[in-house]
Amino acid sequence: MSVIVTDTGFAPDDWTGGFAALDAEQTNAAALDMPSDTPESALSGAVLAAPMLRIAFPSSADGRGFTLARLLRLRGYTGRLRAQGHVIADQYAMARRSGFDEVEIDDALAARQPEDQWLFRANWQDHDYQNRLRG
Amino acid sequence: MPRDFKPKVVTANALLEGDVIYLTEDDSWTRELKQAEVITDEAVAQIRLLDASSRVAEAVGAYLADVIDTPDGPEPVHFREDFRRKGPSNHFHGKQAAGQ
Amino acid sequence: MYRYSDFDAAFVATRNRQFRAQVERRIDGSLTEDEFKPLRLMNGLYLQLHAYMLRVAVPYGTLSSAQMRQLAYIAERWDKGYGHFTTRQNIQYNWPTLGDVPDMLDALAEVQMHAIQTSGNTIRNVTADHFAGAAADEIADPRPVAELIRQWSTDHPEFQFMPRKFKIAITGSPNDRAVTRAHDIGLRMVEQDGARGFEVLVGGGLGRTPMIGKVITEFLPEADLLPYLEAIVSVWNLIGRRDNKYKARIKITVHEHGIDEIRRLVDARFAELRPAFGGVDQQMLAEFRAQFASPVLKSAPTDAYDTAYAKDPVFRSWADTNLTAHRDPDHAIVQISLKAHGATPGDASADQMRAMADLAEHYGHGELRVSHEQNIVLPHVHKSDLPQIHAILQQHTLATANIGLISDIIACPGMDYCALATARSIPIAQEIATRFDDLKLEHEIGDLKIKISGCINACGHHHVGHIGILGLDRAGVENYQITLGGDHTETAALGARTGPGFPAEEIVGAVETIVHTYLDIRESREETFIDTFRRTGMAPFKAALYPEKEAARNAA
Repeated sequence: MSVIVTDTGFAPDDWTGGFAALDAEQTNAAALDMPSDTPESALSGAVLAAPMLRIAFPSSADGRGFTLARLLRLRGYTGRLRAQGHVIADQYAMARRSGFDEVEIDDALAARQPEDQWLFRANWQDHDYQNRLRG
Repeated sequence: MPRDFKPKVVTANALLEGDVIYLTEDDSWTRELKQAEVITDEAVAQIRLLDASSRVAEAVGAYLADVIDTPDGPEPVHFREDFRRKGPSNHFHGKQAAGQ
Repeated sequence: MYRYSDFDAAFVATRNRQFRAQVERRIDGSLTEDEFKPLRLMNGLYLQLHAYMLRVAVPYGTLSSAQMRQLAYIAERWDKGYGHFTTRQNIQYNWPTLGDVPDMLDALAEVQMHAIQTSGNTIRNVTADHFAGAAADEIADPRPVAELIRQWSTDHPEFQFMPRKFKIAITGSPNDRAVTRAHDIGLRMVEQDGARGFEVLVGGGLGRTPMIGKVITEFLPEADLLPYLEAIVSVWNLIGRRDNKYKARIKITVHEHGIDEIRRLVDARFAELRPAFGGVDQQMLAEFRAQFASPVLKSAPTDAYDTAYAKDPVFRSWADTNLTAHRDPDHAIVQISLKAHGATPGDASADQMRAMADLAEHYGHGELRVSHEQNIVLPHVHKSDLPQIHAILQQHTLATANIGLISDIIACPGMDYCALATARSIPIAQEIATRFDDLKLEHEIGDLKIKISGCINACGHHHVGHIGILGLDRAGVENYQITLGGDHTETAALGARTGPGFPAEEIVGAVETIVHTYLDIRESREETFIDTFRRTGMAPFKAALYPEKEAARNAA
């Protein structure tokens, strides 16, 4: 099982549509799973019309997903965007600022880093140099 | 025939203080190389290293270091371990100054 | 000098609270060591050979007197009474415990300093010309731009978990004192048709695979800087190699893909990113410029200087080596050597830090600089004050007259402190300085830069030293390779290896052999070491260093 983290804390997964692989036959209705080594050229076409995209974080040291999220938003993606895998509470603000709506973690990580540690970063809109420089 | 196994100690840095520590026979940590457990069997060495590595609230970066087993206790083989045992050479700081 | 805005102050305070919680969460098990390590590194905290080490940023090398005094206080309160200034304009404390560090960070915040992104796979402390705002040869002060880059790179959400570290240096002068060609990005301020902009170099770096940076654009308009930097880092964050840490730096990415392909990718990314920057950054830059406005320089006779220079040979020797031309002819830039013969290069005691802070306050508009050459600079000093400054420096063992000479050695901490080192650096630097001081030769030798690294990562910049020394572990023994002909300036070049390395007990003698060879073959006193090397090449030095090989070749 997994836990979905948002600004209001932990919740069960409410997405029931399942996920297709990025390289599978694409239809606009499918949610897609994207590995962290997805090339930027794949962030186009039908992908931008998907209702939900889920970008994998195989390790908390792999920061490619943050740039993928940012590029998706710059290219006009308005659907639901989820970071999934080894994302730690300390990265929650980075994920939200990069364009993710939510983070999906497994139960073991949720037990080790309980809800209060994630809520500590729910104020991700504060103290943000990027927002200040781009205003 | 198994190749010769060089004697080892388990060493790491203490999580809170950051200084060099060695595993002893009674599963405690010592700051003194001379008090470290000298391991002469490869299988035992691997198990002791696993034990030490699991003590994540006490130690960081545990590994096996070669030693020479002398009547006065273990002595380092490599110069890096000699510095870790004593401290830097430009200031009289670190373990060499302990107890001064 | 830049003063924190309320935003900066609140940001640093919040960040320090987060780090304090991260330390507690590491201790209670919420964070594993693998998770905690990048978090502590991005807050400047290493675990070294004997202890933790805290690396504090001195952004673009600029410090106030109050900040220097606080560095002295921190050295005494939580360390062993000294600090170590580094080649990237940082100061390192070698002996804190984990529990001390949150308090040290709070003490830094009191004087508007921090340790953010001095380590980790992040954009590091931006470095700049240490003579910025004072040098006679400058187009413009690069520090307002460096401050803008500091703010843009700080806590950038995309760039905290990159393939590897990323270093940016900037110079406002055509005479490059910031080693811009050996950085991931080097920025050189240039003017084109009256407009200000930058020549941008990418993919320079030292380390295992040293490379000189390549020009990605010859002229970048000033207003495009942040989106262009962001485009470079964004491209590299996705395509930089994560399978091998030795191939992860952007110099390898540029090498593998070619500068033309990287330029194409960066231009495409820039087109996507540029619209997000609406010009607020340029308004902020204008405000920073006002904060870095030149101090009001005094106008007074310089007789006291002229008299001391004529009468006091010790003062004259110091003035000849340690002063640099200021843009105002009645002022000087003073370099305070942290390289007393036999001392650890870059170390300053708390007492010395306070003495330098006081000097800056009384005679130098309260401003100090840290140079990448591990010395301290008073950028704006009226010449009439120099004799008094020299006298006070003498009282604190800070009046060594050796800037740019053979004993003004860059050395990394090496295996005396560093967990990555393969050999010691500091004792080699100490012995070389002491030996040439005994020989009383260093003024005769003149301009000669020795740079020593204790491992392949090259924190001591050995590749760009006129004489570079690299300490290695050869079968459990310290061994030192020598390179000759490196250059860290606008004419940057990588040194070439002389041949087999030397054991620790022979390395000082080998350096002496090289220097005597130079003195024998130079055409005049005016021909510097690097000029002689460029004229003659390696051959005469090699012949002197390896006489047996030479004899064997002659016999054959």
